[in-house]
Amino acid sequence: MALLDVRNLSIDIHGIRPLGGISFSVDKGEILGIVGESGSGKSLTALSVMGLLPLIGGRIERGTITFDGTELTTLPEPAFRRLRGRRIAFITQNPMTSLDPVMRVGAQIDQVARLHLKLDAKAAQARSIEIMEKLRIPEAATLYHHYPHQLSGGMKQRIVIAMALAADPDLIIADEPTTALDVTIQAQIIDLLVELVRDRDLALILITHDMGVVAQTCDRVVVLYAGRIAESHAVQAIFANPRHPYTKALIRCIPREDTVTGSLTGIPGAVPSVAHYPAGCRYHPRCARRGPPCDGIVPALEYPTGGGEIACHFPEGAGDVHV
Amino acid sequence: MLSYIVRRLLLLIPVFFTVSIIIFGIIHLVPGDPVDNLLRIGSTPEQKAIITARYGLDKPLAQQYLLWLGNMAQGDLGDAIVMRRPVSALLAQNIPFSLRLGAAALLFSTLLGIAAGTLAAIYKDSKIDQSVMAGILLGSTLPSFWLGLLLILLFSVQLGWLPVSGARSWQAIILPVLTIGLGGTALVARVTRIAMLETMQKDFVLLLHAKGLPARRIQLRHVLRHALMPVVTILGLRIGWILGGAVTVEFVFARPGLGTLLIKALNQHDYPVMQGCLLMLAIAVMLGTLIGDLVQAAMDPRVRQAMT
Amino acid sequence: MSLAIDTQTGAGQSFRRSVAGKVLLTPKGGISGCYLICLLLLALLAPWVTPYPYDVQELSIASQAPSLAHWLGTDEFGRDVLSRIMYGARTSLSVSFTAISVSVLVGMTLGAAAGYFGGMFDRFVTAAVDLSWSFPEILIALILVAIIGPGLHSTMLAIGIAYLAQFTRLTRAQILGLKNETFIEATRNLGASHGHIVFRHLMPNALAPVIICGMLATGDAIILEATLGFFGLGAQPPVPSWGAMMSSGTAQIFKAPWIIIFPGLAVAVTVIMINLFGDALIRALDIRAKLREG
Repeated sequence: MALLDVRNLSIDIHGIRPLGGISFSVDKGEILGIVGESGSGKSLTALSVMGLLPLIGGRIERGTITFDGTELTTLPEPAFRRLRGRRIAFITQNPMTSLDPVMRVGAQIDQVARLHLKLDAKAAQARSIEIMEKLRIPEAATLYHHYPHQLSGGMKQRIVIAMALAADPDLIIADEPTTALDVTIQAQIIDLLVELVRDRDLALILITHDMGVVAQTCDRVVVLYAGRIAESHAVQAIFANPRHPYTKALIRCIPREDTVTGSLTGIPGAVPSVAHYPAGCRYHPRCARRGPPCDGIVPALEYPTGGGEIACHFPEGAGDVHV
Repeated sequence: MLSYIVRRLLLLIPVFFTVSIIIFGIIHLVPGDPVDNLLRIGSTPEQKAIITARYGLDKPLAQQYLLWLGNMAQGDLGDAIVMRRPVSALLAQNIPFSLRLGAAALLFSTLLGIAAGTLAAIYKDSKIDQSVMAGILLGSTLPSFWLGLLLILLFSVQLGWLPVSGARSWQAIILPVLTIGLGGTALVARVTRIAMLETMQKDFVLLLHAKGLPARRIQLRHVLRHALMPVVTILGLRIGWILGGAVTVEFVFARPGLGTLLIKALNQHDYPVMQGCLLMLAIAVMLGTLIGDLVQAAMDPRVRQAMT
Repeated sequence: MSLAIDTQTGAGQSFRRSVAGKVLLTPKGGISGCYLICLLLLALLAPWVTPYPYDVQELSIASQAPSLAHWLGTDEFGRDVLSRIMYGARTSLSVSFTAISVSVLVGMTLGAAAGYFGGMFDRFVTAAVDLSWSFPEILIALILVAIIGPGLHSTMLAIGIAYLAQFTRLTRAQILGLKNETFIEATRNLGASHGHIVFRHLMPNALAPVIICGMLATGDAIILEATLGFFGLGAQPPVPSWGAMMSSGTAQIFKAPWIIIFPGLAVAVTVIMINLFGDALIRALDIRAKLREG
């Protein structure tokens, strides 16, 4: 059984349903990528698994989330708190704003160990410095006493990762961990995360909008569009043979060395806002392959023989469609 | 931290000079001969000569100002025209009452305001929140002296629980503190509530939840701590406001103090007393602002850094 | 953003969506708006509408409780409280409104110049603003009254100067925010003069938050005017003012509390209504963010 298993997850925020029936799973030692543009519901998925939807006024409407056999959707809050930070850890998007500005960074890492592992101050400090060193933070013992504003973006993100590791979690959810960082640092952080997963046999859900990162690091990927799964498959398979038009478009957007200067590709149109999801397939207004059933009938998730899932009336490789 | 304090003190100096020049200039900006303004009607030429010598009124303005400053440093602020006593004696007599009232009102407003604002933020949109918001509206818009009068009507006249005026017993301070305090509480509560709500939306709070910390602990230990910073800033800036309220309230309740003294002096055209009171109040405002800044620096390491 | 096309037209629809509509059709905005309009009318038409003149003394009916003949009672000189309150409205509103209006004009000019030209002038203005920001308006007003002496004019000047800092600071913040927008640079490249840029492009955009701030300041100004009147430093008798009414009423607090209660109520309710209206206006114009910078 997979470590985390999400089935048919739908959430409700103030009467709006930004996620409609998502399913995926991730196992130990595996890196799952969840990919989509802004507004696709990626971060909401992360919040749902963490049980933090009430913070933004949302709730789980339907579906199940099973973690190591425990059903999270019905788990009472005190029990959930024991999971958060301890067995499921979270890495946020913007390291500049994720750390408490008036607390020294070392103390912020200590917090996790002291809370979940019941360590005393000295033991927690030793552990924190050890983790900082493992994450290749230079002069860890000195930086331990620094405030967040004294560190660079890359360092701050390593601190956030340290906080996530402090209690030896089984699952890490990283919500766009490199979006706010310089390009040169991005690669370092991603490599760091991959190394951690391999060394500690963790499960990692990597949420990103960057298909390039997915290609380099993930084992499997789920492509989200406007709150629904468009396609999901093993990474190598999906890049070799993308079936959903959206997946194909996303892959085409990745800049490559041989791209002629000045010819970046985009996808025409924009992600629809939650209040105005199109009827039928939500991607159809932007899709080059759309045909008659697309604007009225929601495509069901199918499980082709090659593996993976696809929700499309006219998947690639199924014959061309004229608009 | 020490260098920060020194730097802030140095910044005060130009402010002090500007304000003292304005206050000093009152005598000269008022229509009429300064000599006459400093004397009662029908004074003899000898008396005029004495006054002229005393305040150096025949000397150039700059020199007069320095003379005035020098006198002030030695504790000589001139003599009250009407009451014929040294201004410094009058001030010494009245300042303790104002200090007591100001400190009590500040403490009251701060504690009640922070508590109310925090509750309103934690229980947002509930009955508690709505009551606090209504209280804030009332507190900020009701004229303080009217509120004071109403309180007198209710507690002194109707119920007879508290004295109407004066400062003879400790109970006499309750109504004045309440009067200033309600306005001050409204201000603190409003800022606290907004600061709490804004802080709760921040990323680091989300991460605190994700770490598994209990919600109450997050709110009271982390969010409040962070939200208190703008509160301290505002308090520091608006300390003057609370002092201003004290001036009015002292007058309404006929309490001895700087405020009552000032209003009386304004009505009687007693310039030396006016200047003395205004100077003291201005110094109080400057000190209050300074203390507010220092507390803020103590709480927020980023401020300490910014000033170096 | 909604892509749906709204095909409904008609006068009702456009009023509902206009600013006036958005303000007046909410309970907050509607009630306060009505109150303010009524107050304004009463103040303007006072000489024709009041049941009694404000200054005729009739000692035989002094300090009478509210009755059918005198809805709000009489004061210690037998004058009708209701009529004096209506006349007092004229004083309060005209003093506050004039003072704040001038203050807004001067403040906007100073703030715009400081924000646009920068340099020493800006530093000087900012220092002055920061200085007066920490001093309570009442103190500034008292200093000015100390210099000029009591009366209507000194009250107006005192209020104007006391609130100048707010408008200067707010305008400066707006201008600084707008100064570097691309459309300004484009206009400059087209050869527009500084004056043209400031008055034609920058100021109108800064106008809305400042106007609303001015409106809320008017509420504070009314309280300030009443406070000065209460101290005996505002409008001098026989000109009726709410503050002065309360001041002379304090002697009667045991026998005739209505002399104090009603003028104070007038101040309180008026200021509350101004604040509610300002709040509704802020919501309708959706400029909460811009106001925060001030």
